[in-house]
Amino acid sequence: MSLQIQDTMFESLSLLSLQQYWWLIVSLLGALLVFLMFVQGGQTLIYSLGKSEEERSLLVNLLGRKWELTFTTLVTFGGAFFASFPLFYSTSFGGAYWVWMAILIAFVIQAVSYEYRKKPGNFLGQKTFEIFLVLNGLLGTLLLGTAVATFFTGSAFSVNKMNLLDLTSGNMPVISQWKGPAHGLEAALNPVNLSLGLAVFFLSRVLAILYFMNRMGQAAIMERLKKQLLHNAIPFLVFFLVFAGWLLLSSGFAVDPKTGVVGMEPYKYLHNLIALPVVAVLFLLGVVAVLLGIIRVTFCFEKCHTRGIWVSGIGTVLTVWALFLLAGFNHTAYYPSTWDLQSSLTIENSSSSHYTLTAMSYVSLLVPFVLAYIWYVWRAMDNKKITTEELQSESHVY
Amino acid sequence: MNHIDFSLVDWSRAQFALTACYHWIFVPLTLGLSFIIAFMETIYVKTGDEEWKRLTKFWMTLFGINFAIGIATGLILEFEFGTNWSNYSWFVGDIFGAPLAIEGIMAFFMETTFIAVMFFGWNKVGKKFHLLSTWLVAIGSNLSALWILVANGWMQLPEGMKFNPDTARNEMVDFWKVLFSPVAINKFLHTVSAGYVLAAIFVIGVSSWFLLKNRDVLYAKRSIIVAACFGLLASVFVMFTGDGSARAVAHHQPMKFAAMENLYMGQQNAPLAAFGILKADPTAPGHKKMDFKYLVEIPDVLSYMAFLNPNAYVPGIYDLVHGNPAHGIPSYNERIAKGETAINSLAAYKRARLAGNDSLAKVSLATFEANYNNFGYGYYANRDVHELIPSIPTSFYSFRIMVFLGLHFFALLLVVLILTVRNRIESKKIILYTALWTIPLAYIASMLGWIVAEVGRQPWVIQDILPTIAAVSQLKASSVQLTFWLFAVFFTALLIAEIGIMLKQIKKGFTV
Ligand code: HDD
Ligand code: HEM
Ligand code: HEM
Repeated sequence: MSLQIQDTMFESLSLLSLQQYWWLIVSLLGALLVFLMFVQGGQTLIYSLGKSEEERSLLVNLLGRKWELTFTTLVTFGGAFFASFPLFYSTSFGGAYWVWMAILIAFVIQAVSYEYRKKPGNFLGQKTFEIFLVLNGLLGTLLLGTAVATFFTGSAFSVNKMNLLDLTSGNMPVISQWKGPAHGLEAALNPVNLSLGLAVFFLSRVLAILYFMNRMGQAAIMERLKKQLLHNAIPFLVFFLVFAGWLLLSSGFAVDPKTGVVGMEPYKYLHNLIALPVVAVLFLLGVVAVLLGIIRVTFCFEKCHTRGIWVSGIGTVLTVWALFLLAGFNHTAYYPSTWDLQSSLTIENSSSSHYTLTAMSYVSLLVPFVLAYIWYVWRAMDNKKITTEELQSESHVY
Repeated sequence: MNHIDFSLVDWSRAQFALTACYHWIFVPLTLGLSFIIAFMETIYVKTGDEEWKRLTKFWMTLFGINFAIGIATGLILEFEFGTNWSNYSWFVGDIFGAPLAIEGIMAFFMETTFIAVMFFGWNKVGKKFHLLSTWLVAIGSNLSALWILVANGWMQLPEGMKFNPDTARNEMVDFWKVLFSPVAINKFLHTVSAGYVLAAIFVIGVSSWFLLKNRDVLYAKRSIIVAACFGLLASVFVMFTGDGSARAVAHHQPMKFAAMENLYMGQQNAPLAAFGILKADPTAPGHKKMDFKYLVEIPDVLSYMAFLNPNAYVPGIYDLVHGNPAHGIPSYNERIAKGETAINSLAAYKRARLAGNDSLAKVSLATFEANYNNFGYGYYANRDVHELIPSIPTSFYSFRIMVFLGLHFFALLLVVLILTVRNRIESKKIILYTALWTIPLAYIASMLGWIVAEVGRQPWVIQDILPTIAAVSQLKASSVQLTFWLFAVFFTALLIAEIGIMLKQIKKGFTV
């Protein structure tokens, strides 16, 4: 069948092109995930926006119709990363154990909360499930942002494939070994990581506010949304600028294309931005769009308030996508080890084989179809704004 | 000899087993109920009868309650391959990762998108489109089972791959061989049909409760008809595919098969232990040897079942451990020696490559390749060979109870269907009570199936290639212990909540 036919589409690509193709896809999934985390941001706002039980339910239901999309994107992001860059999967997840476990638990408690919150017989009580939602919103965004920041700041680990073949030394035969003191939690103490984590947290709240403005038919909440927008946009901007400033000024983990040796290069990420003009354009367009969405909603509310989520949302996708590309392209180690530079992961030394990347590339052709039916379905479903009255006539509410 | 932190390995196994088993509490109902709902809605759309719509919505609500935890536990499972089985993730990620990614792209998005239509779309999209969405949810969830079971099947029969000494991992060379492996196909068909049986029994059991309470009688009977037809077909299918699975095990995992049967000495014309009670053999401590306290045997049947030939030779545990030259079976000690050679020659190859010694590299590589199919045994150098035997009582009893329950389900479904067609089901209290109490049995049967499959292949994560002791992440045992208990507490709390909600929702009945 198609995989055996030579010189068709993907087979003829070089391994490096396939690796780059998959880094583009994984990065795009990561970027979509950050955008869709408006669901998480919204969950942290249910108490400040919803003053009554009914209003809170309205907010929860607005988010509840989208949470699975975010969740599935997270699952697919994980699966695609596993399949295309398995060494990252084993090094980071097995090493930064506590960060990932905290993220996982934060998502476990989310998955049931919508469905169970208001159902009779739920034994933990409505309040517990609402707290679960808030926790998921807080930890999910903050920790994922922190974890992504380690793509630039590095972590302490070693990778040695000979460990697998070591039957004599008295060590476990494990390839990737973490050297950080707290199995990943140490990452959250690094101010640069934290600033990206907080930027993601506030960004998710900004996006949530814009999403609510688009879908909400309830006037009272609209006023609160307007007020909250700036309260979250300003801290987002501050933390984002701190991170972006650090990024452009800091040294980065450069790979010598001939020898594969990893070394520190001053202004590496700035150099990448210059060397990859397309990425630079994506990045600038993205940042401008995020800001534009917020500013237009602030200054021309009547006409623009439904469109902010689209403008800032697309901006978010472009910005995060560009960030991932800066981390992985142009001979850069995307998962650097500060403990042993030569253990750092690059898209070349951590990827799956040519065969597997080819097979998966065929599968990736399905992605446009998937996006198309998601788009189609949600247009059919979201054609009306939602109010508390409308909610009462629904057969399935959260 | 390398130092293995056994408590780390055991806690990692326990954590994975805990999560997998919790996942499996919710998944089979999703697999089957999604189809039952789709049948019901199809009848509604065909007849326009609003009562069928109400029926559909009732079961859909239960479906939604069940679905949420399935997703939560699935997420943990996916990431646990990285967090707790990091070596594994590198060693076979080239093959194993792909089905997981395909599952996400192909199946999960389909499920989540159309589930939204299923729940929220009644007044927003047309009838036909709604029905299509319900079908797509069913197809999507079964597709997700396909991909993950292909992945699991591959772990039992690692084919379609080749070890690449330079990257130190296995690489896929034939996608179709992975997808259409006989183990994967049997596993998929058997597992999804077991899910259909479970869902059918769930629907019949709940409906029987309504009949016993004399409530919503029409709805309950309609539900029973749909579920009994579907379930009966599925239960025949379960038996055929279960038989196929057993044959696949006999061919590819002889130790698992011998453990399932407690067959100690191999024999021709092997009899099937239809019923048996085990007792430890005191004369062989540490050898895991089990004797029968009671035994009912059917002559020749095991040989026939395994190899479709009553005279076929079925190897026993003793033969597999100590070898049986007459039947060409190497002993575990021979295999361990070969595995050690494989590991050491791969190391020699890598060192020779580094030193630029091409001729030595070539020789080492040839030695490595000649011994690769015993690679995993090398990790047992200087260890007790009996560590390579899985738990025999667990395999033996789990298998028997599953098969016995399978026969019970078939009989029950048949009786229920006949009685319902003859319109006499309400008066048969005993049958109704039996149906109600069969719900937990269906869960037990399907859980035991996984116990047979997963415990029986111990200590292999990848059959003959990678044992658990070489697959784990380097963590402190106490860390894994802590997350184990965290998950245990969370999942249990969520399970209690789900059961509570489910029962309340059922009590509300069809007509709300
Ligand atoms: C309602 C549940 C149910 C029922 C009634 C049965 N099974 Fe089953 N069985 C499963 C649910 C299941 C399962 C949970 O789906 C498993 C676990 C792994 C798998 O492939 O399917 C399984 C595994 C499994 C295996 C192990 C496969 C492996 O190790 O890869 C065998 C040999 C059988 N089954 C055989 C049977 C036979 C001969 C049955 C006769 C009636 C039967 N099962 C009924
Ligand atoms: C198809 C998906 C599955 C895959 C890929 C899978 C894979 C694994 C892996 C990697 C382990 C740990 C290593 C080992 O101990 O061998 C394991 C153990 C285990 N799994 Fe599964 N599993 C799957 C489904 C299930 C399900 C659905 C159940 C239960 C209902 C289950 C029950 C167990 C048990 C009980 C163990 C522990 C066995 C032991 O260590 O003694 N598995 N499985
Ligand atoms: C170790 C193996 C497994 C992993 C890693 C895994 C992973 C997952 C994940 C991540 C989800 C959530 C998907 C979403 O976001 O919608 C999920 C759900 C699901 N999985 Fe698994 N799974 C495993 C075993 C199985 C098995 C053995 C089956 C069936 C035979 C199965 C069938 C399903 C189904 C039907 C769902 C839909 C949600 C539900 O549970 O009701 N999975 N799984």
